Amino acid sequence: MIKRQQLVLGNKSLKDVTDDICSLIERMPGQKFLAVFSAALVLFWFYLFVQGSIVVKGMGLMGINNPVGWGTDIVTFVFWVGIGHAGTLISAVLFLFRQKWRTSIARTAEAMTVFAVMTAGLFPLLHTGRPWLAYWLLPYPNQRGPLWVNFRSPLLWDVFAVSTYATVSIVFWYIGMVPDLAAVRDRAKNKIRKLAYGALSLGWRGTAKQWNHFEMTYMLLAGLATPLVLSVHSIVSFDFAVANLPGWHTTIFPPYFVAGAIFSGFGMVVTLMVIFREVVPVFKDYITMDHMENMNKVIMTTGLLVGYAYGAEFFIAWYSGSPYEQFAFINRAVGPYWWSYWTMIICNVFIPQIFWFKSMRRNIKVMFVVSIFVNIGMWFERFVITVTSLHRDFIPSSWGMFEFTFYDYGAIFGSFGMFFTLFLLYTRVLPAISICEVKPVLNVGREESHDKAH
Amino acid sequence: MIKLINTLEHALRSPTKKVVAGIWSTEEEWLAAAKKAKQAGFDKIEGISPYPTHEIDEALQIPRSPIPFVTFVAGLAGCAFGTWFTWWTSAVDWPINIGGKPMWSLPAFIPVIFECTILFAALASVGAMLFLGGLPKVDPPVIHPDLTSHKFALFVPEDDKKYDVAKIEALFKELGAEEVKQAEF
Repeated sequence: MIKRQQLVLGNKSLKDVTDDICSLIERMPGQKFLAVFSAALVLFWFYLFVQGSIVVKGMGLMGINNPVGWGTDIVTFVFWVGIGHAGTLISAVLFLFRQKWRTSIARTAEAMTVFAVMTAGLFPLLHTGRPWLAYWLLPYPNQRGPLWVNFRSPLLWDVFAVSTYATVSIVFWYIGMVPDLAAVRDRAKNKIRKLAYGALSLGWRGTAKQWNHFEMTYMLLAGLATPLVLSVHSIVSFDFAVANLPGWHTTIFPPYFVAGAIFSGFGMVVTLMVIFREVVPVFKDYITMDHMENMNKVIMTTGLLVGYAYGAEFFIAWYSGSPYEQFAFINRAVGPYWWSYWTMIICNVFIPQIFWFKSMRRNIKVMFVVSIFVNIGMWFERFVITVTSLHRDFIPSSWGMFEFTFYDYGAIFGSFGMFFTLFLLYTRVLPAISICEVKPVLNVGREESHDKAH
Repeated sequence: MIKLINTLEHALRSPTKKVVAGIWSTEEEWLAAAKKAKQAGFDKIEGISPYPTHEIDEALQIPRSPIPFVTFVAGLAGCAFGTWFTWWTSAVDWPINIGGKPMWSLPAFIPVIFECTILFAALASVGAMLFLGGLPKVDPPVIHPDLTSHKFALFVPEDDKKYDVAKIEALFKELGAEEVKQAEF
C-alpha cells in the first residue's frame, strides 16, 4: 500500500498551527517584505499614471487601430481572468473531490483569484474608452425608454459572468476566513486590532451549531463555484467564438479556454508559492514539496491539454475545407506574428514537459522558471488568438498590423503592480493559510504511535 | 446617525445568558465528554471547537443543517428571475430587432439566466448561514480565548431544563475537564 504523505511537517500541535500562521500578521514586516512591497507599489503608481493618461487623453494612446480593434486591454483581461481560475479550482473543485492537500494552499489561491479578477475587471471597462459610462452595462431603469441591455450579446454575458464570479469568489473566500479571523481576534493584544478583527469575524464563536451550518454552506458554495468557474471562461471564450472571424469562430473554444485558464492559474500559484515559501520560511512546513509537486503535475497535464487544443485547431482548419480558416492558422504559424505563435507553443507545450521527471517536479528553481514561462506563454496565447485573427481577415485590402506603444507595455506590466500590491497587503493583514482547515488534517500521514496533536 | 448606530448595535447585541462551561485540551476527551454529558439529559448543551468535527454533531445530536433547501429554493428563484427578466426586457418592455433574431431568444439568454441562478443561490446560502448561526453579532462574550486556537469546550446555558451549577461543574470535572468555569455566553 502507498503510504500517505504528511500534509503538515514538523509534528505541529494545534497551538503551533495558530501561532505559525498568525505570526505573519502579528509582527512588523521585515526589510525583505518592505523592499518587495515598495517595488510593487511603485509599479502600481506607474500603472495608475498609464491608465489615467489613457482615460484622460483617450484610447488613441494604445496600439489598437483598424483592423485590430481588440488589443492589449482585451488580451490582458483574458490573461488575468484565466489566472483567477486556478484559485477556484483549488478551493472548490479539489474540495469536492476531497483532496486534503488543498487545505494549506486554498486560502492564498483563492486570494489570488479575487485579486486577479479585480485586476482583470478594469480592462474591459477601460477598453470602452469611456469608463465613466460603465454603468450602462447594467440593466437599470433609465430615462431613455427605458432602453435595456442586449441580452443576446456575448459581451453582455461576460458582464454577468465576471461580476457573478467576482462576487461569489469574494464571498466564498471571506466566509471561509471568518473562523480564522475570530482566532486572530481572540489572540489580539491591542484594542484596535481586537476591534478590527472582531468586526471582520462577525462575532464568530465556533459553537458546534455554527460549525454545522458553516460546513454545509462551504460545501454548497464549492458546489456552486465549480459550474460557475467553468462557465466564466466559457463565456469569455464566447466573446470570440460567437463572432464570425476565422480563428475565433470555433466550437473548441470553451473547453480550450478553461484548460488554458487552469494551466495559467496554476503557473501563477506556483510562482507565488515559491516566493511565499522563501519569504516566510515557517510556511515550508505547511506548503510542502509534495504540494508543489502536485501543482506541477497539474501544470504538465493541462499543458498537454492546451497542446492538444492547438493541434485540434489546426486539424479542424484543414478539415473544414474553408480557405479563410486555413489561411488564418497558417498565418499564425508563419505570418508576420510567427514569433508570438512559437513563443506560445514553446512556453506552453514544450517547457512544462520537463515535469515528466520527478527530480524536476521537486526542484524549486526549475519550477519557478517554468511557472514564469507558463505565464508568458499564456499571455501570448491570448495575443495570438486576438491579434493574429484580427489583423488579416477575409479581404486583403483591410489587412493591417498591430504596433505596441509605450502605453500598451505600461498597461501590461503595470497591472502586475496592482496585483502584487493587493496580494502583498493581503499576506500581512489576513491569515494566509486556512487555520481551521489545516488543523483537521494535521494527523494525515503521521505515524500511528503519535497520538493526536494538542 | 449616532442614534441609528446605537439601535443597530443594540439589535446585534443579543442578551447574554449565564452558562457553566468546561474546557478540554484534546479533541478525543472532549468528544467523549460531550457524548456522556448529552446522555445526562441536557437539552441545550453546546460545544465549541477551533475547527469543525463531524463527531460532535453525533455526540450532541445536532440535526443536519437545512441550508441546502434554502440554496435550492433561491437557485430556482434566481433561474425564474433571470428567465422572466430577459424575456420582459427583450420581448415585452421594448422589443428591438437585433440582427433579425427572435425577440424571445432563449438560447442566447441561458448564460445570463445561469449566472442569476448561481448568484441568488450562493448569496442566499451565505445569508442563511449567518442567520442560523446568529451572526453577525457585536462583541459577543468569549468563554475562553484559546477556544478558537487549541482548546475545546462544552457549556450548558441557564435556560436548560437540567441547569444546576453545582451538578454540572461536578459532571464536567468528572469527565476530565481541565477547567470548569461560570461564564456568560
